Amino acid sequence: MPAVAPIEIAQAREAPLSAAGREAVFETRGLTVSYGKALAVAGVDLSIYRNLVTAIIGPSGCGKSTYLRSLNRMNDLIPAARVEGEVLYHGQNIYADGVDPVEVRRRIGMVFQKPNPFPKSIYDNVAWGLRVLGMKDDLDGRVERALTQAALWDEVKDRLKKGAFGLSGGQQQRLCLARAIAVEPDVVLLDEPASALDPIATSKIEDLMHELKNEYTLVIVTHNMQQAARVADMTAFFTLERSESGGHGVLVEYDETPKIFTQPSDKRTEGYVTGRFG
Amino acid sequence: MAADAGRYTLTLSRRTKRRKAVNLLMQGIATLAALSAVAVLALVIASVAERGAGALSWDFFTKTAATFGESGGGVANALVGSLVLVALATAMALPVGVLIAIYVSEFAKPRIADASKLVLDVLNGLPSIIIGVFVYGLLVVGSGQAAWKGSFALAIIMLPLVARSTQEVLALVPATLREGALALGASRWRTVLGVVLPTSLGGILTGTVLAVARAAGETAPLLFVTSIAANTVTWDPRQPVLSIPVDIFALSESPDPADHARAWALALVLISFILVASLTARAALVRYRSRLER
Repeated sequence: MPAVAPIEIAQAREAPLSAAGREAVFETRGLTVSYGKALAVAGVDLSIYRNLVTAIIGPSGCGKSTYLRSLNRMNDLIPAARVEGEVLYHGQNIYADGVDPVEVRRRIGMVFQKPNPFPKSIYDNVAWGLRVLGMKDDLDGRVERALTQAALWDEVKDRLKKGAFGLSGGQQQRLCLARAIAVEPDVVLLDEPASALDPIATSKIEDLMHELKNEYTLVIVTHNMQQAARVADMTAFFTLERSESGGHGVLVEYDETPKIFTQPSDKRTEGYVTGRFG
Repeated sequence: MAADAGRYTLTLSRRTKRRKAVNLLMQGIATLAALSAVAVLALVIASVAERGAGALSWDFFTKTAATFGESGGGVANALVGSLVLVALATAMALPVGVLIAIYVSEFAKPRIADASKLVLDVLNGLPSIIIGVFVYGLLVVGSGQAAWKGSFALAIIMLPLVARSTQEVLALVPATLREGALALGASRWRTVLGVVLPTSLGGILTGTVLAVARAAGETAPLLFVTSIAANTVTWDPRQPVLSIPVDIFALSESPDPADHARAWALALVLISFILVASLTARAALVRYRSRLER
């Protein structure tokens, strides 16, 4: 059980892992998402590897959240959203006919920008998904394991029946993480999971990501470059390409994190990571 | 520098004085308008209470109307009749209304959702007498009056109220909650049932109570459908029953002054019921919210 460590904002991070020889969980090919007539992100070719943390960084409006949400068909909920190209998940296109978005999301969980616990007790927040998916054997044990993995168990074990809204923002976000991993997904997508949190809560979430990648494949969208540098093994840099109809996001560069931050091969990446624009 | 002297003064100039006066005036008028609404309610309750309180007695609640020539008697059959009518109407309107709201807010395409809302608003605007005539033609002609037919008429009146108020509270449920549930691999329906509905339960309850209050006070649709009833207390929805508003109407037409007092007393009972119901619903809503937030 991970003890609640004294907070160190600038923790020495472990050396990032290499993608070499790893199985690709996702391969997107020519992925283009548009909302009505407005192109959001275009032509993204990207492979996401198993048991790594992959970060997607870039300026506001570059389509990084849109890209992330296309990986578990979350964009389906927006009526005007249209997806072209392929998202191969272990080789299967998740947008192919006959693929059920509910099955997709059951395997590919998500944690959102703002903590969104259900208006239920802490216990039921984690247990609800388990009940819905029929994982009812040893419910208590599953809830405890998920909360422990999310480094929240010690803080909430005496108040499991209390409402989740009584938790702090950081605790709520870890509860949402516990809820997502309780149903044993394959991938967890994190959409700026720490952007609404203070630095202490942020560092807890980041520490968790190092722990969790042993079991899950993590993809994180962040506009915080330091965060990407701290947590990610691979980093993709998206930017906004201006066009006559406004602009749309494109993938500029994708590589191992240290390379993106120290010797990027594209001028635009260099400009962004050195703080010259964005 | 001298030209700047007035620039930083913080006391009122003539122009700002005028603006302040206009501001005060408008604030006063608006406050008065709000107070007048409260005053009207207070006056109605006070006058009804003043004239009706005297006729309230144990007999009033437990006995049926006295036969001609005798004194005393009560309105027990009207009270029970209203209870049966409204309970049955709620049982019909609540599930259907909530399902309509779920369809409109969760499943319908935006254009169909807008059209559905319009239809509900039109239905809500239908004069209740028309609904009475409709149900009379549909169910009463040929087979006679019955309480359940009255409930059916009341349910038509409650339906748009329940559906619209529920749909509005469903729309208040943050999209992020739905996303959170769907991201776990829950289907749309499980999301609605497990997350969206429980979140809006308080609002649904409040809307339902308001619809119940409206139905309890409806007179016109009941006149055709369930008004000629035996002078006995009956819980059987297949029998025609008397109801509070119809009985208020009947008693107020009576030549006997004691009946007029009873009409006032019955009006007092109706108003009290509506007040208590609304306050209870509100209190339940507050408790429900605080339980969630603790």
